[in-house]
Amino acid sequence: MSAAFDEKIHETLTDPKLQLAIYKATGRLVEERRKSIEPDVCPDYQELRTHAHAIKRHTIEHLDHYLEEFTRQVEAHGGQVIFSKDAEEASDFVLSLAKERRAHLIVKSKSMTTEEIDLSERLEHHQLESVETDLGEYIIQLAHERPYHIVAPALHKTREQVADLLTERLGVPRETVIEKQTMIARAVLREKFLAADIGISGANFLVADSGTVVIVENEGNARLTTSAPRIHIAVAGIEKLIPRAQDLAVFLKLLGRSATGQRLTVYTSFLSGPKRGDEIDGPDEFYVVLLDNGRTKLLADRGKRQSLYCIRCGACLNHCPVYRKIGGHSFPWVYSGPIGAILIPQFLGVRHEPGLPFASSLCGACAEVCPVKIDIPRILLELRSEVKKAEAREGAGRLERLAFRIWAWVMRHPRIYEMAGMAAASLAPSESAGWVRHAPFNVGPLRAWLSQRDLPPPAAKSFRQLWRER
Amino acid sequence: MAARVSLFVTCVVDQLFPKVGMAVVQVLERLGFRVDFPEQQTCCGQPAFNTGYREEARQVARHFLDVFAGADYIVVPSGSCTSMIAHHFEDIFGKEPENLRRARAFESKVYEFSRFLIEVAKAEDVGARLHEVVTYHDSCHALRELHIKDGPRRLLAHVRGLELREMDAAEECCGFGGTFSVKFAEVSGGMARTKIDSIVRTGASTVVSLDSSCLMQLQGALSRAGLPIRTMHLAEVLASH
Repeated sequence: MSAAFDEKIHETLTDPKLQLAIYKATGRLVEERRKSIEPDVCPDYQELRTHAHAIKRHTIEHLDHYLEEFTRQVEAHGGQVIFSKDAEEASDFVLSLAKERRAHLIVKSKSMTTEEIDLSERLEHHQLESVETDLGEYIIQLAHERPYHIVAPALHKTREQVADLLTERLGVPRETVIEKQTMIARAVLREKFLAADIGISGANFLVADSGTVVIVENEGNARLTTSAPRIHIAVAGIEKLIPRAQDLAVFLKLLGRSATGQRLTVYTSFLSGPKRGDEIDGPDEFYVVLLDNGRTKLLADRGKRQSLYCIRCGACLNHCPVYRKIGGHSFPWVYSGPIGAILIPQFLGVRHEPGLPFASSLCGACAEVCPVKIDIPRILLELRSEVKKAEAREGAGRLERLAFRIWAWVMRHPRIYEMAGMAAASLAPSESAGWVRHAPFNVGPLRAWLSQRDLPPPAAKSFRQLWRER
Repeated sequence: MAARVSLFVTCVVDQLFPKVGMAVVQVLERLGFRVDFPEQQTCCGQPAFNTGYREEARQVARHFLDVFAGADYIVVPSGSCTSMIAHHFEDIFGKEPENLRRARAFESKVYEFSRFLIEVAKAEDVGARLHEVVTYHDSCHALRELHIKDGPRRLLAHVRGLELREMDAAEECCGFGGTFSVKFAEVSGGMARTKIDSIVRTGASTVVSLDSSCLMQLQGALSRAGLPIRTMHLAEVLASH
């Protein structure tokens, strides 16, 4: 584990306000989800999950076919599809288009994919103003932070902190009532929508058979982003494809429920190409940037490619007892929680933050709530094995590896195992003294254990001794 | 003739909680089973597997396959170790077809203790008596990998004098997680304390579970907090009378 990861975790754990904010917000989402999938309101919830997994599996196994079909359909409707290998190619496309069209102001709706490639920062670096229009995203943009959570980017901010931020950045009087804070942001953002040259959105689903970009949201900002400016660019990972419009019947039911406990989000937009000749609304130009950025690398791995099934609902974060302690900013990339713990090592390499796959008690709560049934614990186990292999190649983690080698040898030699147990027991304080608070050798794992809790006293006799004496 | 049951007591119980093993033997014998304890047994290999050392896990798992080769039933007082044998041996013997076949043959023979009582012994009332208010902690691997939820509760419901009070976070992890408990000690400790808050709210004097490792984590944190709540393995509860 890197020192930075360790430090971030410690900082989060020792901030009581932050702990409460995370715990309350995730707890509320857990509760809302639970209510929305009760058998009387959603009797086919488990079948929907099985179905969703099967659709994603099929799509990912035949991704080449669906990418081509989607592209044909978008073009047939007058739009354009741009394939981007990485962050640079994606932002280069936006930059050159903005330059050609003499665009200065860009409005953005919420998108983890654009966060993944730091699109706003890249655009601002070239003197383009790029404004986040989702309220949570707007707040973290003002604060110059990364999203804390996949669906609730400003989950960690209290309304008092937001009040200070608005006053500091916008010069408005301090306002702690959430509704009034929303009105402040709305006033700013309305002007941006009207003046913007380009709207950039993400996509929740890309429907292959109709070339449709589907966006779900609650604030209406995505609908404005994609219809008010003259140009709409949707940026999406290639894994967002689904084969048919009718598959949405499965995914839309699952996504809202899993994310926020909503049967359906407030707005669901189906965007298929630019405005037609006789239409009054919609953009003149419509582009879909399909991003690889490492996804084809995941696709190559049979065991772990199911990581690409993720529909970014955030349920695994809310239910993860580790995320609920360490929060989103402890993670070294935009994706956090259990899904982040499997995506980050696969996108950035297992050595980027080798501690990541180990930051889990393997409790399985994530897999239990995943709407597309990604077996996250199994993938974490695979990644742990890959980290250890990489360490062995690089000569890192020698002491632990040696310890496990010795351990494995002892476990294959029952007599030595028994003697080792007796030796350890003889060194420790007696059983009658109760649970142990201080060990005679306070080092390594023992010290880590004792930093948090007491240790059981060793038994005077092992089970096998008791068994023999029966 | 009485059916023969091979006990895999687990390394944690063998070394740290031998009384749990004795309780398992008592309950099984009371129900008329002949208990066999293959003395060459050590560990299932899970600590190495979960820490990413698959080769070391494989070596220990091969030893397990040898030791229990002749067993009719293998009873294990742990959901976690049962799941390692029944589900994860498959993951490590991918390139050893003969061992994979042997591991798969174990899948139908290996039983977590409470499941064995319910499904094989068909006993929900084992004649136990314990005057305590208890709360039950669902250990994660028993709950989510073996889908054990009602069985232990039904067994507890038949214990005379016992009152079961459910906690609001019964299904939440205790924070143990094997080497996670020392690699991320502060997170693990925090998880234990959150769990303990939920235990305390029930007013129970005893926490019951079917994994000694969860109970080690919880008892360790209870002891550190100076709380007068004890932990008991389900087998110990069922052996009381």
